Amino acid sequence: MSELNVSVVAVDRSVWVGPAKSIVAKTPEGEIGILPGHEPVLSLLVNGVVRIEPTEGAKVAIAVHGGFVAMDSDNVRILAETAELSSDIDVDRAQKALEKARAAGEDSPEALAAVHRAETRLKAAATATAAGMHS
Amino acid sequence: MGAQLRVYRRRIKSVQSTKKITKAMELIASSRFVKAQQRVEASLPYTQELLRAISAAASHGNSKGAFVSEVENRKRAAVILITSDRGLAGAYSSAIIKEGEGLNALLKEEGVTPEHYLVGRKSVGYYKFRERKIANSWTGFTDQPTYEDAKRIATAVIEAFNTPTAEGGVDEIHLVYTHFVNMAVQEVRVRRILPVEILEVSKAEASEKLDTKVFPLYDFEPSPEAVLEALIPRYVENMIYTALLLAAASEHAARRRAMKSASDNAEELIRTLARQANQARQAEITQEISEIVGGADALASA
Repeated sequence: MSELNVSVVAVDRSVWVGPAKSIVAKTPEGEIGILPGHEPVLSLLVNGVVRIEPTEGAKVAIAVHGGFVAMDSDNVRILAETAELSSDIDVDRAQKALEKARAAGEDSPEALAAVHRAETRLKAAATATAAGMHS
Repeated sequence: MGAQLRVYRRRIKSVQSTKKITKAMELIASSRFVKAQQRVEASLPYTQELLRAISAAASHGNSKGAFVSEVENRKRAAVILITSDRGLAGAYSSAIIKEGEGLNALLKEEGVTPEHYLVGRKSVGYYKFRERKIANSWTGFTDQPTYEDAKRIATAVIEAFNTPTAEGGVDEIHLVYTHFVNMAVQEVRVRRILPVEILEVSKAEASEKLDTKVFPLYDFEPSPEAVLEALIPRYVENMIYTALLLAAASEHAARRRAMKSASDNAEELIRTLARQANQARQAEITQEISEIVGGADALASA
């Protein structure tokens, strides 16, 4: 069976690279699922969680901010300003960051962005725990 | 001990302590340089993919947005200078400032008013001393720039770009930075960020350059125009980020080189001074001996 070659790249580093069976990501038009043999697609991503099912091993959840996905001939590239693996996310710290961001107020776009970032991070961590990806 | 000898010894000591400092700075610059270079390399995959996606979206979409089309009557242009926060890096910052002056003169010749966007304390100091108007400036991160820094700069210049010219906006954005070629060679480069320069190249050339064949027929979501519209600000951010990283690597390389030649010069100076001190000491000894001999001679003949 064919598989997807996935690379998730943040501005300053490569976050996750490997073969995968499927990917679920969120675009401005709704969720998009990508399987091997999908038509070429180039789409923006809204801030949210990208779920990857690797060919081997447990599922991966990645919190993605300001990104887009490009896919052609089973090569999937997800590019983002910041991308964090759920396993790298410290839930306590993310929770604290969220509280701090909320306390700072949500009037400026920057503060709002900070709140969104913290929320997405927590969501990615929650997705991972729910799926039992790692203990 | 003679007065002359004492002066020499004192100077040797002072040069030695200076050499210690320059040597330490050289070592620090070397280790920071390695880190800076690693960060440049780590940012490459994103840059490549972003350029690919933009080329795909641009070649697909028919409409050319404001980011691409050139303005007929250019009034103002933003000039971003990337210099360092600290000195002791040889001609690193002054080379950028000089190139910036050249660009300013060129723009003025074409009837375009340059607006100054400055990065790094050195350029800010230079412009403030000459009491020139600074549109915006950022300092404090030039040796270790982050993406957030690049984003702040990009947001400011994009906002100026999106403001109509009549209301004080700019029609062009230029970037002056130091490109890192290798350890020995860094060159000052001037690039226009916006409007994006469209290169007319043949397909063979393009595939050679971008390492891609003809782009597949992407399904753009929401639309090619929207994708391009969203990607261009990223492109500007990324371009500034890359320039900041390359400039940081160049800064460390320039500082390392400057400090190395300073250490070498100090060593040379110590050697010369040591020789002169030895000579002074020997002269002193000779003099004392001749005084003793002369004294004994005078006693014997009396």
